[in-house]
Amino acid sequence: MIRFDGVTKKYPDGTVAVDDLSLTAPTGKITVLVGPSGCGKTTSLRMINRMIEPTSGLISLDGQDTGRMNEAQLRRGIGYVIQHAGLFPHRTVVDNVGTVPRLLGWDKKETLERSRELLDRVGLAPELADRYPSQLSGGQQQRVGVARALAADPPVMLMDEPFSAVDPVVRDQLQDVFLDLQSELGKTIVFVTHDIDEAIKLGDQVAVLRVGGKLAQISDPAYLLAHPVDDFVADFVGRDRGYRSLQFQPAPKLPLTSERTLLLGESTAGVSGDWVLVVDDSHRPLGWVEPARVSGEVTSEHLHRGGTVARASGSLRGALDAALSSPSRRGVVVDDEGELVGTVRAHEVLSLIEATDRPDEDRADAFAEEGA
Amino acid sequence: MEWVNDHWGDIFALARSHVWLAGLPLVLGLLIALPLGWAARRWSRLYPVLISASGLLYTIPSLALFVLMPLILGTRVLDRANVVVAMTIYTVALLVRTVADGLGSVPEATLQAARAMGYKGLRRFFGVELPLAVPVIAAGLRVAAVSNVSIVSVASLIGVSQLGNLLTDGYDRFITAEIVAGIVACVVLALLFDGLILLGQRLLTPWVRAQGGRA
Repeated sequence: MIRFDGVTKKYPDGTVAVDDLSLTAPTGKITVLVGPSGCGKTTSLRMINRMIEPTSGLISLDGQDTGRMNEAQLRRGIGYVIQHAGLFPHRTVVDNVGTVPRLLGWDKKETLERSRELLDRVGLAPELADRYPSQLSGGQQQRVGVARALAADPPVMLMDEPFSAVDPVVRDQLQDVFLDLQSELGKTIVFVTHDIDEAIKLGDQVAVLRVGGKLAQISDPAYLLAHPVDDFVADFVGRDRGYRSLQFQPAPKLPLTSERTLLLGESTAGVSGDWVLVVDDSHRPLGWVEPARVSGEVTSEHLHRGGTVARASGSLRGALDAALSSPSRRGVVVDDEGELVGTVRAHEVLSLIEATDRPDEDRADAFAEEGA
Repeated sequence: MEWVNDHWGDIFALARSHVWLAGLPLVLGLLIALPLGWAARRWSRLYPVLISASGLLYTIPSLALFVLMPLILGTRVLDRANVVVAMTIYTVALLVRTVADGLGSVPEATLQAARAMGYKGLRRFFGVELPLAVPVIAAGLRVAAVSNVSIVSVASLIGVSQLGNLLTDGYDRFITAEIVAGIVACVVLALLFDGLILLGQRLLTPWVRAQGGRA
């Protein structure tokens, strides 16, 4: 658990970067600090491993005042990932990952094994191990950055806009890899970003900071979207927050309609209706076809792939999006194995939404007490 | 050519002495310039002071420096140490800036990452900062090497023998072949130094070529 107690950072020229910040980053959870530039989020992060010293206030790690700890030892116990990965250009990928273990005095063989294992964990091919960072793409470098931070298995990770410098598709992949790792490793993570979507996707808890380093609101993402505390937070979390908040609402039992399906290669002769769903041998949906436009067998060129697929165990947002994006207006729903279980219409999802409660006030109070 | 054929032994002996007088100061100068350059980076107010001071040192005429050395060091007039110390001063003058700028060329994100991972002090300097400064420092070292090879020849005037003797002697006795041999020998030596430093740099920085390979 990382705890900020009335932490202030004031520079000699009078600028206040962080103003009386108190919050708790619970053990094993991801706490995201989010806010516009100048809100002191990076400064706050760097005060945790004492890259920056607070002017006043106390930061403690599992109850121990970090100000009294040995700097280098503190840092070796905290993984750190930054925006452009900050890899050592003169060391190979595998040596980069082994940095902290070597500093901690592990032997070469042990370090090498651990490094290779981590490269695999973050989804990098073994043949990349002996390359230099400049020979990797931005996304690959960032994966190495994450592997390096994890190398000595530190209980705490600090991440400073780690995924901001890569393109959106890669960013999405990196975020998924990261969440996947976190679900296994359960690190105590403080994550800084300016991107509210990223904050909401990754955070167990999101702290919104305003310019001047004041905490505006801290709560779980669903509550933040549903109950922004003031205009600043409401503005910051964005316009389509109503829609986005649906992603935190697990879909209740959806009223599913079964579909007439076709296999790829089957003939459309005798099939009527506007749109028919095509599935593969394992009953996994492939796409929609308009039987009237197909003469003879259905091939993959005929498929309309515009619709998203929702999981029955997923969120209301997924179900609604599947319905809205489907050319037939019938949203495709699958089970956890990806097999078709039926379709759902937008109005059916909407009536479910109307019947669901919004996140209640109590949840925020729980966090407020924890943070106080 | 006849003259050269008759004097191979002399030329090699002078060349060997030249290598020592130009090469040893290069090594000593680098060792002294490293902490000075580091200090210039570390304390930003020191940077302009050290840079101007080293620039001034380089403007002292070499002959004057050679002549002054016995007075400052208390050495004998013909002592080779006079030349070594003077050349070391020139090398330091050239390399302080190079080392400071080389260390300054290390990317900020890399330094920050090193710090955040618990690198500190000498380990950070030798493990991260210095290796990354090698390309810039090596470039400066090549300039210093060539400059040393050329300046050392002036030492003939104070009686310390090396390849410069071929120039002064050839001039005194009107032996053109001897002068040409002296010039060619100096150029060959300079190229040799240059090549050695380049080789060393390549061995120390495989990552730079990897970078080039991708571009």
